[in-house]
Amino acid sequence: MTDAINSASTPKKKVDFKGVLTQLGSLLALFILCVILTIATPNFLTMTNFMNILRQTAINSFISAGMLLALITAGIDLSVGANCVLCGCVMGALANKLQVTNSFVLILAALATGLLVGLANGLLLTKLHLPHPFVSTMGMKLVLCGLALLVVNSQTVANFPEGVTALGSINLFKTKGYSGFPLAFLVVIIVFIIFHFFLTRSALGRKIFCVGGNPEAARLAGINSDNVLISVYTISGLMCAIAGIVLVGRTGVANPAAAMEPYDSDAIAACIIGGASFMGGKGTMWGTIIGALMISTIRNGLNLLQASNDIQNIVVGLVIIGAVCIDVYRGKMEERARRLATK
Amino acid sequence: MELRNITKRFPGVIALKNMTLQIKPGEVHGLIGENGAGKSTLIKVLTGAYPADEGEIFVGGQKRNFKNPNDAKLAGVGCVYQELSTVKMLSVTDNIFMGNTIKKKKSPLLDYATMHRKAHDLMLSLGEDVDVKKACGTFGMGIQQLVEIARALVLNAKLIIMDEPTSSLGEKEVDQLFKTIRNLKKKGVAILFVSHKLEELFEICDSVTVMRDGEHVFTDDIKNIDNDRLIRAMVGHALSEQYPKVRGKRGTEALQVKNLWEGGVFQDINFTAYYGEILGFAGLVGAGRTEVFRAIFGADPLDGGEVYINGKRVQIKSPKDAIRNRIAFLTEDRATQGLVPSMSVRTNLILASMKKFQHGPWLDDATIEKTSEKIVQSLKIKTSGLDEAVGQLSGGNKQKVVIGKWLNTAADIYIFDEPTRGIDVGAKVEVCNVMNSLVQRGKCVIMISSELPEILGMSDRVIVMRSGKIMAEVDANSDHFNQEDIMKAAWGGTLQ
Repeated sequence: MTDAINSASTPKKKVDFKGVLTQLGSLLALFILCVILTIATPNFLTMTNFMNILRQTAINSFISAGMLLALITAGIDLSVGANCVLCGCVMGALANKLQVTNSFVLILAALATGLLVGLANGLLLTKLHLPHPFVSTMGMKLVLCGLALLVVNSQTVANFPEGVTALGSINLFKTKGYSGFPLAFLVVIIVFIIFHFFLTRSALGRKIFCVGGNPEAARLAGINSDNVLISVYTISGLMCAIAGIVLVGRTGVANPAAAMEPYDSDAIAACIIGGASFMGGKGTMWGTIIGALMISTIRNGLNLLQASNDIQNIVVGLVIIGAVCIDVYRGKMEERARRLATK
Repeated sequence: MELRNITKRFPGVIALKNMTLQIKPGEVHGLIGENGAGKSTLIKVLTGAYPADEGEIFVGGQKRNFKNPNDAKLAGVGCVYQELSTVKMLSVTDNIFMGNTIKKKKSPLLDYATMHRKAHDLMLSLGEDVDVKKACGTFGMGIQQLVEIARALVLNAKLIIMDEPTSSLGEKEVDQLFKTIRNLKKKGVAILFVSHKLEELFEICDSVTVMRDGEHVFTDDIKNIDNDRLIRAMVGHALSEQYPKVRGKRGTEALQVKNLWEGGVFQDINFTAYYGEILGFAGLVGAGRTEVFRAIFGADPLDGGEVYINGKRVQIKSPKDAIRNRIAFLTEDRATQGLVPSMSVRTNLILASMKKFQHGPWLDDATIEKTSEKIVQSLKIKTSGLDEAVGQLSGGNKQKVVIGKWLNTAADIYIFDEPTRGIDVGAKVEVCNVMNSLVQRGKCVIMISSELPEILGMSDRVIVMRSGKIMAEVDANSDHFNQEDIMKAAWGGTLQ
């Protein structure tokens, strides 16, 4: 009996240690990337630039948080970018066409739009039994792109009240010569902490992992997988709305054409670099924030090196493929080690 | 075709021990044995899916070494599996020539004219005049099976293995299949006919080999064999293992089902399980036992019938409903249905009872930790810690985690499906003891098992199923409570 107690409690630290190592791995990669960029361009290692990176990371971070949930359930949400832009455009349409100037109403409209889109994604997947969220969310992406153009008559709209743009534009602790800490990133940190506890300590969070790890076992254990999946896509939609509000604040405008920007692949990349897997059941908030920072650091560095958008996309694309390769090989190595250990 | 002294080992078990088998050209050779007697392993060795560890295979007097399925195919061994492997969207021709296409001379293009003609001729020789250009899926199971036979014949198969070929066929299709088999016989093709239906063996086979525990028991001409001899040979006279049976006190009705049916799967299922007893469900693999309980548990939809718990009619539409009605279902396939392998022991233990550990939306980690440690201790789960991924545990410990998961739900009715399959002897005894203690605490236990000694060793009452129907109900005090009689019922015999 005492053996059982001992064996149940002692090696716990070892497991944590390994987990920490994995997390440190991605942090280390980010650090190496920063060192390389510092050497490559003198403009990289400045406080202003670092704050810029955080500003650029904010949008992707919000989207990645939702994407991570979808990936953990072995799903995917390809409609995130279009959803995020649509939320901005809905606010733009309300502000310009209907002359709504109340920031609170506008923000509420954006959140409702994102939430409803996410809910629709979840319902399509679970109630219409589409084979994979790839299908429903890819279709949804095009629908939303069209809707974004439609609500603002294909025009870029501006004139947002300050209350709406605050989240994306305010900088804290501004001093002379220091651009200040972006409010949006502070919110990212808060949201990520909440998500961390949600994923690790709440019943729904645990169910998300279980549905991702083995949907049949979860169903036979009485977990309503449909409800879990609907919540996941709804939360993802809500995060897109927040990202959309930040986007409007950062740029001051809502541009419907941005719906085709690679927001979805940047978010997927952030999650995968952070240790999530397309097979589901894996992923952490900590890893995801590192992944998101990695993506924006790469884009920022390439910008400073005066690489054009096309080069950036090529590099980010290769990084995604590389990260998935590492994930696959890591899995294979672990399995091999396990096999050898049992022999 | 001849097999000499074939031995095949798997980690921890010997699946085949010095197995010998001789099949003459133009002979229909029956192969039977209990669940787990080693038939499937033998088929896999014959088709090259598993290389044998020891022994020799001769085809037409020549020694052959089957390293992979292709070697077996080239040597003329074809196989028709129980589950059809035709591609339903492709034409009959495409299916027959799959992996073996004919190309036009000096061209990379396929010669469909020749293939269609040959395919049509082949199907005709098997007794079916079909449009070979039509998709395979448009035909019935019988014809699709012929397509599989034709696929073997295209490769000049000298031996065709048929693994329970009649299990998915209707009566007419079975007649058609037997006609085809007789045709093949005339052409000198040998057939190894694996079946769970004794009457079919007597109808079609020339000789029969019985296997038990991976060993050859006897081979004889069908003329010299009768039902009883076959069943005795399959059961053997091995002393039944000792099971730590503790009797409980039979209480009131726990679960009663009336006229349960699911189209094509099972019908007329009526039984009552009581508190304080273990009700065993015996039968051959595929008899429909698991399906009955999956339906009762709400995992599969029922087509009709009534379910009563504690005498009250209940509607169970999902596993969630079943758990609410205090039913626990320990599925036979732990890895795919019972556990989330990537998650920790701790999480798997609370998988079915998360509500109990919730404060609002949050999980009460302290209580989970305490409860989990208690379960790990009492079930003696060997793990490096509560955070270890369940996928890393051994089979026996995985099963214990599944048991722990259901004990956490505080259910009243426990359905154990093949609870000791694939776990070591020590863990087996422990699993049996869990069932004992449940019964002693007045719970109702239903145990589906394909191992007769286990059924006899643990049950207070046994229900025998075959082909989706209940064949017999045997009380532990009855004269029929022995391996031969239960086996007889499982193979379709009646008990007087």
